[in-house]
Amino acid sequence: MPKYVIIGASAAGMAAVEAIREVDPIGTIATISEELCPQYSRPMISDFVSGKTTFPKMMCRGDDFWSKKNVQALTGRKATAINFAEKHISLDNGERVVYEKLLIATGGKPFVPKMEGADKDGVFTFTTFSDAKRLVKKLEKSKTIVVIGAGLIGVSVTEALVKRGLKVTLVELQNKILNLLLDNNGSDIIENVMRKAGVTIITGQSVQRIIGKPENDQAVGGVILTKGNQITCDAVIVAIGVVPRTELITGTELKLNRGIIVDNFMRTSVPDVYASGDVAETWDFTINQNRLLPLWPLAVSQGKVSGYNMAGKKTEYAGGTNMSSLKYFGIPVVSIGITNPKDATPFEILVKYGPEENLYKKIVLKDNIVVGIILVNDIERAGTLFHLMKNRVNVKKFKRELISEDFGLAVLPESMRRTMCLGCA
Amino acid sequence: MKRIIAKEEICMGCGLCEVYCTVQHSKSKDIIKAYNKETPKPISRVRLEVSKPISFAIQCRHCEDAPCVTACLSGAMTKDEDTGLIKHNKDKCIGCWTCIMTCPYGALKMDVFGKVVAKCDLCQELESPACVTNCPNRALTVKEVKP
Repeated sequence: MPKYVIIGASAAGMAAVEAIREVDPIGTIATISEELCPQYSRPMISDFVSGKTTFPKMMCRGDDFWSKKNVQALTGRKATAINFAEKHISLDNGERVVYEKLLIATGGKPFVPKMEGADKDGVFTFTTFSDAKRLVKKLEKSKTIVVIGAGLIGVSVTEALVKRGLKVTLVELQNKILNLLLDNNGSDIIENVMRKAGVTIITGQSVQRIIGKPENDQAVGGVILTKGNQITCDAVIVAIGVVPRTELITGTELKLNRGIIVDNFMRTSVPDVYASGDVAETWDFTINQNRLLPLWPLAVSQGKVSGYNMAGKKTEYAGGTNMSSLKYFGIPVVSIGITNPKDATPFEILVKYGPEENLYKKIVLKDNIVVGIILVNDIERAGTLFHLMKNRVNVKKFKRELISEDFGLAVLPESMRRTMCLGCA
Repeated sequence: MKRIIAKEEICMGCGLCEVYCTVQHSKSKDIIKAYNKETPKPISRVRLEVSKPISFAIQCRHCEDAPCVTACLSGAMTKDEDTGLIKHNKDKCIGCWTCIMTCPYGALKMDVFGKVVAKCDLCQELESPACVTNCPNRALTVKEVKP
């Protein structure tokens, strides 16, 4: 009987394995994962589509990760039910796995809205390596693509398609691309570089219907937008976002909101059951509440916390926030926290804007505490700004320096400098 | 494991640490060639922090619980379990800069030529890191810490 069972073997699952092994070198671990490939970095599937990388390079841990960590990795297996009272999991092949400590790290699945024609041949989602492989196959025979959704995944796959020489139309329901990360100035810069690269961007509209090809109605031939205009294309990629994969939980005693509810030790409402990653609602320290934050680095942090706690090393999650570092079309962008508050009244906003050099910096302060950061094209100091934010450092005395090109450790208060220079905070 | 300690009260901000780091991480290891001839241009992994009259030099702290390792999307950034060193594998790096977003010290630099991150490796092949050896004021010293 495995002591530790982990459902889902991506970011959170792998991190949990590493953490468990730090504390408990011998307790048996089993992972259950639907995917056949051993392990890889999901954020890298765009690089796979663009041709920049190959699968071996996408493996974000060593080839022998599972065996080295002495894990019984069940790949290509699906958990179909969990019995929390008797502490066992049913698999799709009829087998049963018993656990002492369980981590649910089932992740998210792409959200596909109800759309006429969504069942046609040539409609893709984009989150897993299998999605990427299927897409690449299709692209070999395609010229024009419509991408629905201009968030992290949509913009990232658009760039990959452009690199392959395809003509892309990006359709976004909101008025700006990357609207969960950037404000108008920030989005404008990225929209401009994308247009220069040949991308058609349509905002404020969505796809109403996917239509077939004149010669074959079952194959994607185009889309009709909400305002009625038609775009011809060979494939449609739906990249609107991900929703938590909670189908194993629905109807059980485990408490669920949109995602699984956890505390800061990643414990769910059921004893000995933990959850992490895209399936869980976790602590956002900028808004002081739990929410869905489907981001790879946060899933790793949470998985690590779960692993430690499962193995008996009590560890508290420090929280995360909406934070991403991007490199779209050669422009580095960092976005962290509350970057575009609807009501700006309680905030103080510092801005430096140089659209001719694609430069933009915005710091959002509340009571002299950094709560939001946008950096475009000058990002090397992002981590120090994030450190100030995370540690709620009062920046009153040096706030004008925050957006200066000379901002660095030397402007920080003496006590902070001393800790930083002497060792490791 | 070694950790480099900066003393801001005796640093005079000359920037020789950056020069010697650049040379040490160049192909030629020759100051003239490194600065004038080499492409891609070698870059310093130590950064002189200045806000007059304060100055000091900072490089990767090789943190015990390193945020860059947790954040790395590709597995390029790892902690060596034996030495405690934070290692960066250039071939695995995809230049997503997620590590930069999480490093409190700003100690990770963008190698814009290689489109990957560049960081301090504590000059493994030398007895003492180049920045420490060549600091004329001994504002950089090496301390032995537990990995």
